[in-house]
Amino acid sequence: MLRLPPFRLRTPSSLEEAARIVAGEGPAARFVAGGTDLWPNMKRRHQKADTVVSLMAVPGLAELRGDTGGNLEIGGTVTLDRVERDERVQTRFPALARAVASISSPPLRNMGTIGGNLCVDTRCTYYNQTEEWRRSIDYCLKEEGTVCWVAPGSSRCWAHTASDSAPMLAALGARVRLAGAEGEREIPLADLYRDDGIDYLGKRPEEVLSRVVVPAEADAGHCRSAFWKLRRRGSIDFAVLSVAVALWQEHGVVTRARIHLGAVASWPVGAEKAAEALVGRPVGDEEAIREAAKLVRRVATPMDNTDFLAQWRGVMAERYAESALREASGLEVTGLAPNHRLVG
Amino acid sequence: MSRAVTATLRVNGEERTVAFPGHHTLLEVLREECALTGTKHGCELGECGACTVLVDGRPVLSCLTLACQHEGREIETVEGLADGNRLGPLQVAFADLGAAQCGYCTPGILMAAEAMLREQPRPSRERIAEQLSGNLCRCTGYLKIVEAVEWAAAVRRGEDAGPPPEILFGHPEPGRPGGDAPGRRPSETASSNT
Amino acid sequence: MNDENRSPADAAADAADTSPSSAGRYIGAPFRRVDGRAKVTGDTRFADDLVFPRMVFVKLVRSTVPHARVGAIDFSAAREVPGYLGHLVGDDLPIPFGILPVSQDEHALALDKVRFVGDPVAAVAATTEDAATEAALAVGVEYEQLATIASLEEALATPEPRIHELERSEGNVHKAVSYRFGDLEAGLAEADLFLDDLFYYEGNTHLAMEQHACVAVPEDDDRVTLYSSTQTPHYVHRALTRVLGLPASRIRVVATSNGGGFGGKSDPFSHEMVAAKMALVLGRPVKVVLTREEVFYCHRGRHPVLMSQRTGFTKDGRITAQHLKTVLDGGAYGSYGVASTYYTGALQTVTYKLPRYAFDGVRTFTNKPPCGPKRGHGTPQPRFAWEVQLDKAAHRLGIDPAELRLRNLEEPDAVTANYLQLGTIGLRRCIEAVVEGSGWRERYGKLPEGRGLGLACGSYLCGAGLPIYWNHMPHSGVQLQLDRSGGVAVFCGETEIGQGSDSVLAALVADVLGIELGDIRLCVADTDLTPVDLGSYSSRVTLMMGNAAIQAAERARELVAQAAGDALEVPVSRLVFADRRVFDAETPADGMTFQEAVILAEARFGTLGTTGSYTPSRNPARYRGSGVGSSPTYSYSAAVLEVEVDPLTGLYRPAHVWIAHDIGRSLNPVLVMGQVEGSVYMGLGEAMMEEQVFRRLPPSRSSALVHKMPSLLEYKSPTFHDMPPVTTYLIEDPDPAGPMGAKEVGQGPLLPIMPALSNAIFDAVGARVDQVPIHPHMVLKALSAKDRRYGPRAFPEVDFGPPLHVPTPAEGGDGRAIDDPRHRRTHGIRSADGTMTTREEALRAQHAAGLTTG
Ligand SMILES: Cc1cc2nc3c(=O)[nH]c(=O)nc-3n(C[C@H](O)[C@H](O)[C@H](O)COP(=O)(O)OP(=O)(O)OC[C@H]3O[C@@H](n4cnc5c(N)ncnc54)[C@H](O)[C@@H]3O)c2cc1C
Ligand code: SF4
Ligand code: FES
Ligand code: FES
Repeated sequence: MLRLPPFRLRTPSSLEEAARIVAGEGPAARFVAGGTDLWPNMKRRHQKADTVVSLMAVPGLAELRGDTGGNLEIGGTVTLDRVERDERVQTRFPALARAVASISSPPLRNMGTIGGNLCVDTRCTYYNQTEEWRRSIDYCLKEEGTVCWVAPGSSRCWAHTASDSAPMLAALGARVRLAGAEGEREIPLADLYRDDGIDYLGKRPEEVLSRVVVPAEADAGHCRSAFWKLRRRGSIDFAVLSVAVALWQEHGVVTRARIHLGAVASWPVGAEKAAEALVGRPVGDEEAIREAAKLVRRVATPMDNTDFLAQWRGVMAERYAESALREASGLEVTGLAPNHRLVG
Repeated sequence: MSRAVTATLRVNGEERTVAFPGHHTLLEVLREECALTGTKHGCELGECGACTVLVDGRPVLSCLTLACQHEGREIETVEGLADGNRLGPLQVAFADLGAAQCGYCTPGILMAAEAMLREQPRPSRERIAEQLSGNLCRCTGYLKIVEAVEWAAAVRRGEDAGPPPEILFGHPEPGRPGGDAPGRRPSETASSNT
Repeated sequence: MNDENRSPADAAADAADTSPSSAGRYIGAPFRRVDGRAKVTGDTRFADDLVFPRMVFVKLVRSTVPHARVGAIDFSAAREVPGYLGHLVGDDLPIPFGILPVSQDEHALALDKVRFVGDPVAAVAATTEDAATEAALAVGVEYEQLATIASLEEALATPEPRIHELERSEGNVHKAVSYRFGDLEAGLAEADLFLDDLFYYEGNTHLAMEQHACVAVPEDDDRVTLYSSTQTPHYVHRALTRVLGLPASRIRVVATSNGGGFGGKSDPFSHEMVAAKMALVLGRPVKVVLTREEVFYCHRGRHPVLMSQRTGFTKDGRITAQHLKTVLDGGAYGSYGVASTYYTGALQTVTYKLPRYAFDGVRTFTNKPPCGPKRGHGTPQPRFAWEVQLDKAAHRLGIDPAELRLRNLEEPDAVTANYLQLGTIGLRRCIEAVVEGSGWRERYGKLPEGRGLGLACGSYLCGAGLPIYWNHMPHSGVQLQLDRSGGVAVFCGETEIGQGSDSVLAALVADVLGIELGDIRLCVADTDLTPVDLGSYSSRVTLMMGNAAIQAAERARELVAQAAGDALEVPVSRLVFADRRVFDAETPADGMTFQEAVILAEARFGTLGTTGSYTPSRNPARYRGSGVGSSPTYSYSAAVLEVEVDPLTGLYRPAHVWIAHDIGRSLNPVLVMGQVEGSVYMGLGEAMMEEQVFRRLPPSRSSALVHKMPSLLEYKSPTFHDMPPVTTYLIEDPDPAGPMGAKEVGQGPLLPIMPALSNAIFDAVGARVDQVPIHPHMVLKALSAKDRRYGPRAFPEVDFGPPLHVPTPAEGGDGRAIDDPRHRRTHGIRSADGTMTTREEALRAQHAAGLTTG
């Protein structure tokens, strides 16, 4: 059996304590919530820790509530399964429900948390491998090595963002709360990420993602959203591409749009130009949608570090962007739709 | 660093106090400390579902959770499914329909199905497929598994519906008289040893 | 024919007037499998579930380089790991082994060279698996790297360095074969249409859910028992005997229930040798459980094969001749590869009349895990080529693809151009069933753009006609012991891998004796206690073990009948065995319980035991290499697959599969269906997504050549959501060679699936993908290609060696090659372990070992 290396488990009962432990121990300490990302990474030994700090006993972190002004607040350790099944999420933020329902598989969603999903490590098929396998390529830039095998001439890591909720929440304009040793701050969720496969989170290591705030203005009453995810199989697989869109309109004209992509860059990259191309155009203007989809393809940088041919994933970025925009605009969608199931 | 911990786990309604290294997973402790080897493993990375057990009634991959975090919780494994020596309806259905071939994925799938049927006594096919979709099976092609779950769900609801004959005998050969095989139910032929 | 060779059907016919009869309740009924209960309670003990007092753990240290001479191995850091107990290196187990007598090319631990990333180099033992893992990671190995070979093309083009220094071949060619069955040119000259196509079939692996595991238990000074998840305990026993240098009688191999096999557990493996050796060294039970990644390194899966197929057709669709060339990427070791090479050509002749046939095959060595037998062993690749090319021919000729196949169907009991003796053929009914069921006639070619139907067929062996090592002993043996309890103990070397062989064994014996499954106790797959059965491979078990079981049971029934007949004063021929009773057929009330009858028999004959065995009869071929492909009979299948294709993206989704399988007779229909559905599933996996592929890093920076994705996440195996609905038809047409008429079902139904998908995609969007797996980008590329095709575009220059010319039966041939200098009958030499070799080979081996000078 592939086993975990030994470590010390700490189970603090407050955010401050959790942050203090990690701040004190530095890189030798890591948080864990559901563990569905950390434990596999530690078993394969590309993430290491002497101390693991579980967040699951921190009171209040597992609350999900529709709070002030109709915002939805999801605590950091709320499981994906609870998000997906929550009636408020299903009715007010159906694309978010769909994005979360598309993550991994049912038992993993029952274990994995929204905080863990937003902080999930970037992925690459040269990296998500065992210690022995990585020895045989002499490691890579992201962990212990000196070369990025995906782009050997490059000085950065191109590992791709793996979270399915991140592009969707970014498109909806969500904000996150970060709790450090000296208190909490709130930032736009999109600012949590950096375009770097190694240093992919724009937060300090000891900061706990304590809450996600999904704004009322992004709910189904105000905004039309859609989420399309491409993966090989109907379950278990990570995205090799996801497209999250949110459109706001007045009198049939798009007033604001956000499009974020998953798995085709190191961060949930926003396609601002594509979004702009829609603004001022009628909702459901097929020409505008096609234009926007072409612009989406430009920001996608699929690399040969996951399933499927990278170039084809680029082609698919345009197709899926078109499909997601059509769906959000209420147009008929042709072709094979992905199976993101939300089954009662 | 790998300190041994002592924990009292409640497994299949029985408490047992066991000592194990703190970094050991629930999978390892169930199999190695509790001698409950019914729970299987195929990847130890969350990718196959073979290690599925129930924690407080919900499916959990025991390879990706620490045993020491499960004190005070209700753990259920395949060994707890039967009522004494009597098999439960899911077990009967899996055994009779050949939904277990090599049987290696079976404990995990039974537990995932058990969790689903407790919440949803009349699942659609789509729902069964979704709820079991974290569990890989290489032998059956899944069809007999879905059929077994449907049949077990009916039995649990108190409906005495046997599986249709084409599940047991194949579809009647088109255009051939007598291709339509007699629909004997497995319960009549072979369930005497439940 | 000696007695052992007679089929039970013959025996029954001869003895019809003197034998008692039986009325069983199981055969043909969907009874619960005998291991069903244990499998749903968690009671089934797989190898990793076994625990013994004082048991310790071993981890293998595997090569991290693809091709190198092994230098110094440093255990100093490993020794510091608390719990460390010891280690083994290549010199501790220097004797080579391998499944085929001609390919004894593996060492338990590398002796001099490593040949792929994952090749075992050393082994460490420790008190816990955690400690063994840490110690293994701490072992340092020095390597002197050699150039690497990554593909079959590279292997053909790169004679040096050689991965193996074989005497009989050159460069990195492992085995080359070449045959001309009949006058190919004459056949091609008759053709009105001539198709010349290239196909490529990517490698893939078995991916049994259970990772290989074993426990070795030392029993005495020089005795060891190995419990292992193996499909072939008998061959593991033979390999252990060689490698440990112990008498075979001191080694016991017990196959535990396999958590899936599919051919992946049919070789003897390093970890088994190492566990046994370590147990003898430490004097403690030793467990080895492979990680999922290590299972990918054991591999022995589907060979990547590049194929060139030229076939001639007349205007009315008759096939005139075919020339098939295959190049196999064998990976780093021989394994079953020689047989696999022959299999890529052997079964092209058994479905359709193929009057003249030429086959050239070559297997190459590459620095990757060894390929071997996976479900369908060597035949899915050429079957894909055959069935896709037939679809192309149908379009070119304007004949319906189903009709084209029906016009060419091979005749029952025919002898093919390559001298395979066929039995019953249920293929016509199979095709008709799926055509009817799918609405083919109304829908094929007429569905809206993006939807299509594809049809394909297949055929497979019901057991290999020859054993893996040449000998004259039975392929399967069954022994019964009847006792006064009325229970029957059944001993047989067969191995349950999920296919249901235990249930077939128990039910056949129960039905012949008219008793219940509950009265049967099985003792199987134990080389100390059970008569040899060669193993669960080549779909041989039901047929061979089944016939042996029937023979043993009929002999037991005879003894019991004599005693009961005398007591009842009824002639034996009037006795019926049914419902756990023995009674007079004319007055059923006159009888006794089975138990009473056994007691009478025991009193009369002493302790009651009988045996049965099965040896296939000889096939008509007499040319070199003709052993591969022969079988007592063949199963047939046909499938129609419906697909939805999105022409904008190349994404596609199978919507439904109709499959019909010629089973001869369903011994247990629900288990047969399980095999059919499981085969469809595995075929879809291969067709759509599964591939065992490798990465080479930029050579200027690294010599790495690694498995791209040795995990269950990245090696894509279809989930519940990826499986379409399947309509299964079991076509019954009892075959006299099979036990109660049964044929195989474990492998055959997989064969039509891959070509059916490719053909369906063509019907849906008019583009051909001549390659497997079919990735969506391939569909998209085919759609924009000038020739609307995606697939290989070049076939390398290959020297297949001088062909062997074998006149076909129609040409008056007698099964011999006309230009084989060795077709004169050579007598074999039997070695102490029963292995037969030709005199020539034996002399060469002795010579090589320096034992003789002549
Ligand atoms: C087979 C498999 C398939 C998967 N498929 C998908 C998929 O399709 N889509 C997808 O998005 N993910 C997928 N995942 C990844 C993972 O399961 C999910 O992302 C999950 O939501 C992670 O949550 P967790 O609580 O288990 O994270 P953990 O493993 O506990 O943590 C993940 C990371 O986040 C950090 N962290 C966790 N919580 C916090 C917090 N509150 N504040 C700060 N840092 C925190 C941890 O230190 C760790 O680095 C898959 C995983 C597996 C094993
Ligand atoms: S992208 Fe490059 S550096 Fe990053 S994980 Fe992959 S190989 Fe390593
Ligand atoms: S062993 Fe836990 S999911 Fe595979
Ligand atoms: S029954 Fe063998 S893996 Fe499912």
